[in-house]
Amino acid sequence: MSLLVGCEDGSVQLFHVVPGGVQYERSLERQQGRVLCLAWHPSGARIATGSVDHLRVLDVASGRAVQRIMVNYHTPKGKAPECVVWSVAFLASGAVASADSFGRLQFWDWDTGTLLESHAVGASAALSLAVSEEEDSIVVGTSAGATYQFQLLPVKMGSQEKRWVRTKPFQYHTHDVRAVAHSPTALISGGLDGQLVIRPLMERVQKKGYEAVLRKFTFPHRRLVSCARKARLLLFQFSQHLELWRLGSTNESGKDGEVLPVCRVPEHLVQLKSKGPEHIYCSCVSPCGGWIAYSTASRFHLYRVRYKGDGVSIEKVPNVPKLPLPAYQLQCSADSSSLFVASDEGSVHVLQLLEPGGCKLLHTLRPPSGTPEAVYLLAPSADGNWLAAASGDWEIHVYSLKRFKHHCTVPTYSCAVTALAIHPVTNNLVIAYADQQLFEFSIPEKQYTAWSRTVQNDGLHKAWLERDSPITHIAFNPKNPSHILLHDVYMFCILDKSLPLPDDSASLMNQSALKQLPATARKRQLHAFKICKKFQPLLFADLLDENCLVMVERPIMDIKTQLPPAIQQKKFGT
Amino acid sequence: MAALCEAFTLCGLGPSGAVGLGAGVLALEPGPDSDHVLLTDRGRTATLFKVSDQKPLGCWSVKHGQMITCPVVCNFETHEYIAVHDDKVLRIWKDEDVNLDKVFKATLSADVYRIHSLPHGEPLVLFKGGGVRTLDVLLEAPQQEIENFISDEVIKWSEAFLEGQEPILIFATEKDGDYFIYLQKFKLNILQKYKLEQQESSNPLSFTAYIKNQIITLLCLYSNDSIYKVLIPLQQHSEEEEQILSKSLLLKLSVSGSVLKGTSFVVLDKDHVAVLGSLAAFGEESKECLTIWNTKFQTLQTSKELPLGTSGQLWCYGEKFFFTHGKVLTVNLYKCETSSLAAAVGKLKDSQTSDASFLNWNTLNDEELVVSLQSQQSVTLKSESKMTLRSRRSSVAKAPSDTLTVGQLLLDIKDSSSAAVEEELKQLLSKAQMPDVQATIGCVIPALINRCKTDPMFYPQNFLIQLVQKGELSYSLCPDLMAVALEKKDMHLLQICLQRFPDIPEEITYACLKLFLSISDDYLERTDVNMDSVICYIDIESNNKEVKTEIVENGFNTELEEDSCDTTFTKETLLKNDVEFCPVGPQRAALLNAVLHSAYSETFLLPHLKDLPAQQAVLFLRYLHYLYVKSSEKINTTLPGVLSPTINQIMDWMCLLLDAHFTVMVMLPEAKGLLSNLHKFVRAQVRFYSELNKIEGSLQELQRLKRQKDSQAYSIEVLELV
Repeated sequence: MSLLVGCEDGSVQLFHVVPGGVQYERSLERQQGRVLCLAWHPSGARIATGSVDHLRVLDVASGRAVQRIMVNYHTPKGKAPECVVWSVAFLASGAVASADSFGRLQFWDWDTGTLLESHAVGASAALSLAVSEEEDSIVVGTSAGATYQFQLLPVKMGSQEKRWVRTKPFQYHTHDVRAVAHSPTALISGGLDGQLVIRPLMERVQKKGYEAVLRKFTFPHRRLVSCARKARLLLFQFSQHLELWRLGSTNESGKDGEVLPVCRVPEHLVQLKSKGPEHIYCSCVSPCGGWIAYSTASRFHLYRVRYKGDGVSIEKVPNVPKLPLPAYQLQCSADSSSLFVASDEGSVHVLQLLEPGGCKLLHTLRPPSGTPEAVYLLAPSADGNWLAAASGDWEIHVYSLKRFKHHCTVPTYSCAVTALAIHPVTNNLVIAYADQQLFEFSIPEKQYTAWSRTVQNDGLHKAWLERDSPITHIAFNPKNPSHILLHDVYMFCILDKSLPLPDDSASLMNQSALKQLPATARKRQLHAFKICKKFQPLLFADLLDENCLVMVERPIMDIKTQLPPAIQQKKFGT
Repeated sequence: MAALCEAFTLCGLGPSGAVGLGAGVLALEPGPDSDHVLLTDRGRTATLFKVSDQKPLGCWSVKHGQMITCPVVCNFETHEYIAVHDDKVLRIWKDEDVNLDKVFKATLSADVYRIHSLPHGEPLVLFKGGGVRTLDVLLEAPQQEIENFISDEVIKWSEAFLEGQEPILIFATEKDGDYFIYLQKFKLNILQKYKLEQQESSNPLSFTAYIKNQIITLLCLYSNDSIYKVLIPLQQHSEEEEQILSKSLLLKLSVSGSVLKGTSFVVLDKDHVAVLGSLAAFGEESKECLTIWNTKFQTLQTSKELPLGTSGQLWCYGEKFFFTHGKVLTVNLYKCETSSLAAAVGKLKDSQTSDASFLNWNTLNDEELVVSLQSQQSVTLKSESKMTLRSRRSSVAKAPSDTLTVGQLLLDIKDSSSAAVEEELKQLLSKAQMPDVQATIGCVIPALINRCKTDPMFYPQNFLIQLVQKGELSYSLCPDLMAVALEKKDMHLLQICLQRFPDIPEEITYACLKLFLSISDDYLERTDVNMDSVICYIDIESNNKEVKTEIVENGFNTELEEDSCDTTFTKETLLKNDVEFCPVGPQRAALLNAVLHSAYSETFLLPHLKDLPAQQAVLFLRYLHYLYVKSSEKINTTLPGVLSPTINQIMDWMCLLLDAHFTVMVMLPEAKGLLSNLHKFVRAQVRFYSELNKIEGSLQELQRLKRQKDSQAYSIEVLELV
């Protein structure tokens, strides 16, 4: 496998991907100007590069440029003379597609260097393009936040002659569309506005279902907040730093919907800046609040936090054991005595946290069959006996922490795991999958529980299955074992296993209707899902104790205000 | 897009030609094989041709002095040829016969106009007097008497079809400029006569007809250069003599100033006709042309000049035109594909460069999805994801493979047993993905209702309910449905109709209301009614106990109410009394809710509402009062539940009812208490709201404060999940 890197100085470097890393091979012929984009020909013999005003085609074997195409030859009137090629694609037919700052999608014959077709996509720059696998459809993203689909269609019914035609325009982003991808059934675009949009192509989707719905993702489906329940602390993970906050409190009580006065305001205790340019990948705070760990792509850090009265002191734990990095997930045990580090190849490292401030590697847990995929979700049990780990191949392994042995594997389900937690009383493992299915697996009995089987037999409510965003966190109420707390971006839900499951004719979101009913009528209408949509978009929700829930909202407007200004579009009359 | 392809000569027609004596072609009929045609000339000869080889296979002539008067046809069943010479003499022969003098001969008692041969049936012989016989009947007694229907009328054209197994003959006659159409059905031996609507200063030149879905479509080419369409339904048993057939303009044979003077024409498919005639542009010499027209887009699709002139006759068999061109019989192939607007308009170059508008691609609904799927089924999905949702609903039942035609179904509905009909209806429902399901249901419903009306035992309730629930019906589509349901006292169907139909006349709404109020509680308890709209606010158990011993007396202190401004107190007093329990049972309440939910216009409802008996009016008012009090309990004045009445609906009906029964209510002793209660409650409400108005400003301020609080980054709130 080869990897090409286009550089600012105009050179293109060829690397080989070998097990365990990349190996520099050689440098291709250096050209004038920055290389802004690259594309392989499907045969792997040639590449197309895009830079300012030029497109080049290089022969990989010889390293020489075999074609140089001026793209700014037909400069539209009133445009800046410089034309930046933002993205290129090399089609199997030998055509090179380019998206440039003049807002054009152009097709060139690489051999002759001639322009085959030119399409004006919009007034603003075309930033990204992607070709479908059959090379009959192209998606282009522009700086105005629009994406366009181009399709290779016969000029008339049954004709052999085909042309690229702009078929569908979409506007889902407010800012630059920096990246697009073309799956067999959908267009995927990522914008500077922080949104990832999956737009299904209705003509490619065979039935109404998960794939036929437009999806927008604002938050990553990963835990960005961790909660120290006992110490009532929240740790927020940002791209380059961590913030530790102590939750405020009140000493009053009230009725439903009331806002209570805050007698002790929340306190920003620590801001921990990560060194270097790397982003923080994962982080966690121990339940007692005494330990903070985070990991970047190449480094793992552990800190000891001490609280003296109102003061906080933090010190780095020296000599952390060398672990194969990166860590994909960090999780402390309930008694804060050990730290679990999810790592490559299905392995989980168990670190023992030592007083006053040290740690040592106790054991590394590995699945018996081995896997190339990394573990990305961890769930320790409250009694410290079990640890469940979900890896990228959608397998969930349960390990015994007493004997550091593999205990069992949860039957594989054909969908990604989105959340995982072990019940503190029953040691049942509750699993949420990306298709919104919920399973409960008894770890001691190594099988699905009766309730889980009932859920599978009866099926979950239609409205539940059609929800957009996956469950990202599961928690339990220690005082009421039948309660499971789940949340996604738009709601949180208390799932009461003691109540009947709703059928499709009942309303899933029935809280407001229930509250209006007299007590006798209410009983008949109750069902297992108690859903609250009051807080959204929800980044995190967790149960501190049986009476306290903590919710973290992340208003979209707050994110938007931090974005650079979108391209100015003149609206009529303004 | 239709197109004329290459042409070739089948045979010469001149005196030197292979056939005939130059008197022209009498007719061209299909031969025993699809590639064969039978040519009869206006003389003594008939010739069988193999078209693709352009060569004659056989030629037969009658003796000198005799003349073939009726085109030779082929009996497709027996592969015999049938001819009539000298109007009365019938000849039948086979391929191997050479001399027509020696073949079977029968002399008939009347003049033959034409013989029609049908693919799977006995040939039909049409006499000039309008009588029709099948060939076998005729041959049994050749000298039998043939009746004369049309004494002075002259047959201009005739055609025969098979509908199912039944042969049908249609012919057109003319008398003094009036044209008549006769329809002969053999099974029932009915001859129907129609008069063709007159067209001023123009008369029909040529006819053609085809049959589809039990309807004969007759196309007439008129001398005013237009083609008219006349629909003749087969299912007509009217006794009325001489119905007049109205016609509609199908196509005007003119294109950019030039007019085609048509002489004959044929139908190619549902959108295309071919016309032979002379195209005359203003001030130019006219040219004879063969043209193909698209009737959907009213366009001339293609034309071919025939400079040598034609006889004005045109035949079309198996994608080939046959016509005389000069002195030869020419065969012209054509292609006729279903045309789309895009093809008709042609391809347009996309010159747009500015930003396109952004359509909402999400509004693709089910049907479009289905259509797009059907058209895209050839698209291969390389990596079909396995992420399909698991849902409790099993996949939609596959439609049974045996197709059930609507015509068959309609017939069955008329006379099959109800079990059999229900079975077929079930099949129909399972085929809900059918594109023309709407049209089918539109046909089926009236037929079902008719059966229900005539046959008191027949009532497919489940099917009707399912149909109405599908939401594809409206009152105007099946006006008798609700009448039948009213007659059968089918509460459930009425309820669903009231909920679903947008266009119920007030008279029917009233009839439903009256029925719902008058029907006995016992009957209601036994009926299955959708209780969704009441389940949330009527406490069924306690209600059942109280419904009989209802308290009319209000028993609250007027003085106190007069003096006190404490509206909540009044409300509580009221609540404790007669409005605490619903005055009607839950089933009845659900039905009344459906009435409240239906659309109406006050002007039209009021006269009917006046007819409501006083007792029922009081009961209804009491229920409305109960609803009003119940909905006022909550701050948002809405009743919980699905399809429960809104406060506006309740108030409107209450006002309407009081308007209609004003005097009765005042006079009726049992209404007094209710009215005074209602009055007090309304007054209390008015006061309450006026108080609310007074503090509106302060409330707004509160809301402003609340909003400020909301924007805080940190808050502790109380949340209750029940």
